[in-house]
Amino acid sequence: MQIQSLYQEIILDHYRNPHHKGLREPFDVEVHHVNPTCGDEVTLRVALKDVGGDPVVTDVSYDSLGCSISQASASVMSDLVIGKPVSEAMRILQEFLDLMQSKGQAEPDEAVLEDAVAFAGVSKYPARIKCALLGWMAWKDATGQALDETTGQAS
Amino acid sequence: MTLDVARIRKDFPILDRRVRGGRPLIYLDSANTSQKPRQVIDAISGFYERHNANIHRATHELSEEATAAYEGARIKVAGFVGARDESEIIFTKNISEAINLVAYSMSNASAGAPAPDRFRLGPGDEIVVTEMEHHSDLVPWQLLCQRTGATLRWFSVTPEGRLDLSGLDGLINERTKLVALVHQSNVLGTVNPVRLIADRAHAVGALVLADAAQSVPHMPVDVRDLGADFVGFTGHKMCGPTGIGVLWARRELLDEMPPFLGGGEMIETVWMDHSTFAPPPHKFEAGTMPIAEAAGLAAAIDYLNETGRESIHAHEQALLGDALTQLTGIDGLRILGPTEPEDRGTAISFEVDGVHPHDVSQVLDELGIAVRAGHHCAWPLHRALGVQASTRASFYLYNTHEEVTALIDGIRQAQKFFGVN
Repeated sequence: MQIQSLYQEIILDHYRNPHHKGLREPFDVEVHHVNPTCGDEVTLRVALKDVGGDPVVTDVSYDSLGCSISQASASVMSDLVIGKPVSEAMRILQEFLDLMQSKGQAEPDEAVLEDAVAFAGVSKYPARIKCALLGWMAWKDATGQALDETTGQAS
Repeated sequence: MTLDVARIRKDFPILDRRVRGGRPLIYLDSANTSQKPRQVIDAISGFYERHNANIHRATHELSEEATAAYEGARIKVAGFVGARDESEIIFTKNISEAINLVAYSMSNASAGAPAPDRFRLGPGDEIVVTEMEHHSDLVPWQLLCQRTGATLRWFSVTPEGRLDLSGLDGLINERTKLVALVHQSNVLGTVNPVRLIADRAHAVGALVLADAAQSVPHMPVDVRDLGADFVGFTGHKMCGPTGIGVLWARRELLDEMPPFLGGGEMIETVWMDHSTFAPPPHKFEAGTMPIAEAAGLAAAIDYLNETGRESIHAHEQALLGDALTQLTGIDGLRILGPTEPEDRGTAISFEVDGVHPHDVSQVLDELGIAVRAGHHCAWPLHRALGVQASTRASFYLYNTHEEVTALIDGIRQAQKFFGVN
């Protein structure tokens, strides 16, 4: 079946055994995002730490309800961004966004995206791109808010 | 009379489509939008090829023909649902607009437009809906309550997917100004006892609106028998085109209600500082209307009438019975709503243990089977049933028992693919 290109084994593995699922302390910001077409939802927490003026993502945890694509994507995303400087994590997000908009034409860079390369097939299914982005967008929102808070405190 | 489904299928060109790399299309998403027969497609292109003109505002021959097509469609719709006459039929762009028309007309009355008190809402007044409403018949009333200070109340849904009518007399009381409810649920398939509820509402002087988007396409509906004061439905779910919906209302109400949208063609006289308005139905039809779509809707009504509405209903009930029996035979599958065909339409929503509706529908799509996954614009209903989302298969006159079986096989494949069963 063609559908194997959508449901790569890596995706099914992350779906069955999601990483970093379950809300954890400490955290700086918590957000709640929903996919209004299906009601899938994620509550996501981000903890940042300022390391010499360069904030680092020290933790991401989440609780979520959703399809295999949205669950697996949140799991892969957490693996990718935890421990990375925010600037680098944002570059990875951009790379993932580019992949999602590629309509199946892109050659994803495994050195940057690691397990997230498995989502290349999702870009051929327009209705599912939102599923793959749910966790990523929640992380971006939470991280943006956490950075604003840090800046706000500094000024 | 038994429906000749093989012959009917020949009328729908899209049913010859191959999808997802060559699989024959199995279209089980008619509750979302129905497919269109050749007769409807030809009526629309025929209108544009030979009769296209604006209506009611020119003296040339084409305009006369276009006006005849548009007003002819109104007469056809009136006959189709048993209206007293065609002045009770208002064309809108869809049923959402039909419901909003009533809500905004009442809103305008509440804000001071000339109208009798029964259209005015304020603090202390109540609007009653149900937990199984489509967002189209819920959100407009939430907004109306917000604008007027009225209170929104609702019937809850039983675990079996029927309305809980135990509190009927308390819920609909002397404070109630309007009751809005769905005739046939787009999720559960449940057919609600509109008459019973309308009788109670009328006894306390309240108005009643029925959302008939899912019933009019599938069974004979007579608006006067139904008992509501307003009935809305939409063209695209009944073999007609998108872009045209219908509001039926009792003429005396339309006479008294303030307009919704202002613009061309809805006026009687216009001065710089005020206007007077055309009689119904034109009072509620501002601007250029969906003329070709009306011609298409008329052709759809002809098609349904010629095919036989009773025969269509009987065929769908047979498919429904077959589908319910086969679906209940799948381990780990739970149907939302009634599991027996009585007082039930052909939309069947279900959840499959361990497989998210998006994933079920993706596997079905791979097999050429089109269904819908999500909350089907009825989020509060899903919440009430303790379900996040569901997969919905819905049947229409062109579906077959073989397609029901294909659905069942597809669900089993999805279970296998995701390692359930």
